[in-house]
Amino acid sequence: MPPTVTTVTLDVARYRPEQESEPTVQSYEVPFRKDWVVLDALNYVKDQLDGSLSFRWSCRMGVCGSCGMTVNGQPRLTCAAFLSAEPSGPIRVEPLRYFPVVRDLVVDITDFMRKLKKVKPWIVRNEEKPLAEGEYRQTPDQLDAYKQFSMCINCLLCYSACPIYGLEPSFIGPAAIALAQRYNMDSRDEGARERLQILSEHDGMWQCTFVGECTKACPKHVDPAGAIQQYKLTSAAHWFKTLLPWGMK
Amino acid sequence: MSAGSHYTPYHPRWYRRRVSVWWWLQSRSYTGFVLRELTSVFVAFFALILLGEVRALGQGPDAYARFLARLRSPLFVTLDALSLAFLLFHSITWFNLAPTAMVVRVRGKRVPGLVIAGANYAAWIVLSAAVAAIVLRG
Repeated sequence: MPPTVTTVTLDVARYRPEQESEPTVQSYEVPFRKDWVVLDALNYVKDQLDGSLSFRWSCRMGVCGSCGMTVNGQPRLTCAAFLSAEPSGPIRVEPLRYFPVVRDLVVDITDFMRKLKKVKPWIVRNEEKPLAEGEYRQTPDQLDAYKQFSMCINCLLCYSACPIYGLEPSFIGPAAIALAQRYNMDSRDEGARERLQILSEHDGMWQCTFVGECTKACPKHVDPAGAIQQYKLTSAAHWFKTLLPWGMK
Repeated sequence: MSAGSHYTPYHPRWYRRRVSVWWWLQSRSYTGFVLRELTSVFVAFFALILLGEVRALGQGPDAYARFLARLRSPLFVTLDALSLAFLLFHSITWFNLAPTAMVVRVRGKRVPGLVIAGANYAAWIVLSAAVAAIVLRG
């Protein structure tokens, strides 16, 4: 007797700018397999049912950060969202919230790329030491200080979880601040002051009102909300120091 | 590409969804967050009451007695009860968030969140008990 194939319904947001002015929902029946994630189901749709469906993906293992979408209302990496979590379906798949939709499940992330560059996410040195002197060394403890923040894969689930970013799109956002903090905490870096200035601007860290959803959404446990609050503490301490007569100017 | 061809920049026809005014009802944590923000109104209310009390105290015993009588009105009792509820909500949610904002390292190891939150709660209880002792003794 052939095994009965159970299926699950995938309600997918479609947006085809050449034929519709706003997104619609298209339903697909896909095989329900315990080891399948939403991304597998989307690839099944693309290969077997409807080749016109557009979505981004690459590594299938939570490393590249390309396949972020809104699954049943929650920002998720579709490569880590199992169908078995919602066995009776339907599973709603929409593009990441708060980003402009280019097509179907594909969003435009130019805004984030610009913001990311703004916080100088690289090691800033006042003076580079000559190559002959060798590498910049670091102890395991020094590595540990920033390692958590360096796990970010730029998947943008945190932006999609952040209502502040939705309401104030100029907000520099969770991942950019966490990555700024990643370099600030790096013992080899000397750019903390430059970054503090950038992040103290109107659209910087103070826009954050600590909703905390970015941390819950982060698939790599980066804890952007923590990074932002810790940054606020540093910034406030810095400001108090400038008030003191013997403080830094 | 031939020398005569031009690159035409493509600009997609984006679809941007407007954020609903009811976004804060979409999930429990959003609602909790907005309620916590709203607690600031009640914190301000408590501060104003305290300032009013100090002012009445400065105006003499009669003014102070009138002020206290006004505070006993059902309107103020209701407002006070509501404020207390909101302030407790504020304190508890804030203490629970404290470990996220505070990173304390002892000998290179991060102190666990439970200890940080626990220390906050302990300080809260000790200070509240001290205030209660002063107030109740007088």
